[in-house]
Amino acid sequence: MKGWLLHHRQAAALAARRLAATPLNTLLGALVLGIALALPAGGEMLLANFQRLAQRVAATPQISVFMALDAAKGDVADVESRLRRHAQTREVRLVRRDDTLKRFKESEGLAEVIENLPRNPFPDAFVVVPRDEAPAALEAMRDEFAKYPRVEHVQLDSAWVKKLDALLRLTRLAVALLAAVLGVALVAVTFNTIRLQILTQRDEMEVSRLLGATDAYIRRPFLYFGALQGLAGGLVAWLAVLGATFLLRGPVGEVARLYGIEFSMHILPFPDTALLFGLAALLGWLGAWLSLSRHLAK
Amino acid sequence: MIRFDRVGKRYPGGIAALAELTFAVESGEMIVLSGHSGAGKSTLLKLIPAIERPTQGAVVVNGQNVAALKRAAVPYLRRNIGMIFQDQKLLFDRSVFDNVMLPLAIAGVALRDAGRRVRAALDKVGLLERERAMPVALSGGEQQRLAIARAVVARPAILVADEPTAHLDDATAADIAAMFHAFNQVGVTVLVATHHEALFAPYMTRRVVLSRGRIAQ
Ligand SMILES: Nc1ncnc2c1ncn2[C@@H]1O[C@H](COP(=O)(O)OP(=O)(O)O)[C@@H](O)[C@H]1O
Ligand SMILES: [Mg+2]
Repeated sequence: MKGWLLHHRQAAALAARRLAATPLNTLLGALVLGIALALPAGGEMLLANFQRLAQRVAATPQISVFMALDAAKGDVADVESRLRRHAQTREVRLVRRDDTLKRFKESEGLAEVIENLPRNPFPDAFVVVPRDEAPAALEAMRDEFAKYPRVEHVQLDSAWVKKLDALLRLTRLAVALLAAVLGVALVAVTFNTIRLQILTQRDEMEVSRLLGATDAYIRRPFLYFGALQGLAGGLVAWLAVLGATFLLRGPVGEVARLYGIEFSMHILPFPDTALLFGLAALLGWLGAWLSLSRHLAK
Repeated sequence: MIRFDRVGKRYPGGIAALAELTFAVESGEMIVLSGHSGAGKSTLLKLIPAIERPTQGAVVVNGQNVAALKRAAVPYLRRNIGMIFQDQKLLFDRSVFDNVMLPLAIAGVALRDAGRRVRAALDKVGLLERERAMPVALSGGEQQRLAIARAVVARPAILVADEPTAHLDDATAADIAAMFHAFNQVGVTVLVATHHEALFAPYMTRRVVLSRGRIAQ
């Protein structure tokens, strides 16, 4: 156990020394890996922010309840009180048909059309904000409200939330695919780096083997080398994404404000950051392992 | 301790380097292996730590048939055998100290203990003052002593040396021979292939002469 720990410590130290011995190669390697990793990591950062923004904008789905055109004042009052008493409604707002008409008259272009109508074409309506936002709950409420007396039509305003959700899922898939492709690239780059390393360490490997080194012993410093280079690439990617976040923060906030939303970009969330470094190290390790296996099999 | 039983070795596509070789080495012996160039001395020595495998027969080291040893077990066999190679196989990008440290690092000996043992081994071959030097800075005789220090640092029970005095002047070669005698005196079983038979003659327990892959006498 002690010998095992010692071997790992020595292998890690040797790998670090080899990285430090060729600073230019190490830096270039980290840059190549970092740029490859920065693309999916940046995509993930944008996605996380987009999701927060989407939640901000479309957080509360609404249910519109339209009364029949000829519904009496009493009917409207009756439905209003039912809606207000309902356990699942958070907010109920009555939009009177006269107000709707007035709003349309004020809007350019439509004013003339509206003016010429024989009577008010708009019904009284309620905008209901539900407590439970789950799609099933919303649909249940829609069906229930539709049965209220003199209610003509109930509309769920969740269609575009669904569209947004589908878009987010698609984007997430694209980021995952990008990560997979660039992950393969990372393994390939490490594979080649280690292959070149093996050429320069040939004597040492041969002598070590003659003196009783196991395959694991010979492999270990290279595995650490691959993992450390992967981690360095991860760091470069993380810094690049961090820089991009701060560069985008101002302009994005400004655009959001134009839409009346107070929004500030966040950096890559912690779980994604951990995943970035973990995967970078793991893929570097894998590339080294494949390279060594090919060599040791000879 | 070491037993060759009707051993044959044929290199791929080559002639038989060894044939019908049967002999045994007892613990504590010092065997001198001689014979013309190409007689099969190096091949014979390489069979002991399983650097080469026989194509026929059995090579038994410490009760283990090395010829049938699994690949994964070979490293542990080698750790118990000190080897001095014909071409030395020193690492020229590492200091004298680090070269001797290598077998102990491989065996996982704790650092402080290892440092002490490296210095003890360097002291035995008279290289303690040069521990920080790089191997290129050493003379031929010093390089050979470095190879010996590396071979004995892990305190193997068997020492196998292939032409350890080649290219050395007689005085230096005599020093090396005396060094092997000293190791043999403390119980190490020694096999040396050499052309400097006269230098080793006073110390050896037995001579084995090879001729075209067979024992000549
Ligand atoms: N790796 C090898 N491949 C093919 N033939 C070899 C190899 N090593 C040695 N031989 C041949 O085996 C025979 C014995 O060689 P070797 O054991 O080196 O003899 P010695 O050490 O006594 O000079 C020689 O004919 C040599 O050419
Ligand atoms: Mg030879």
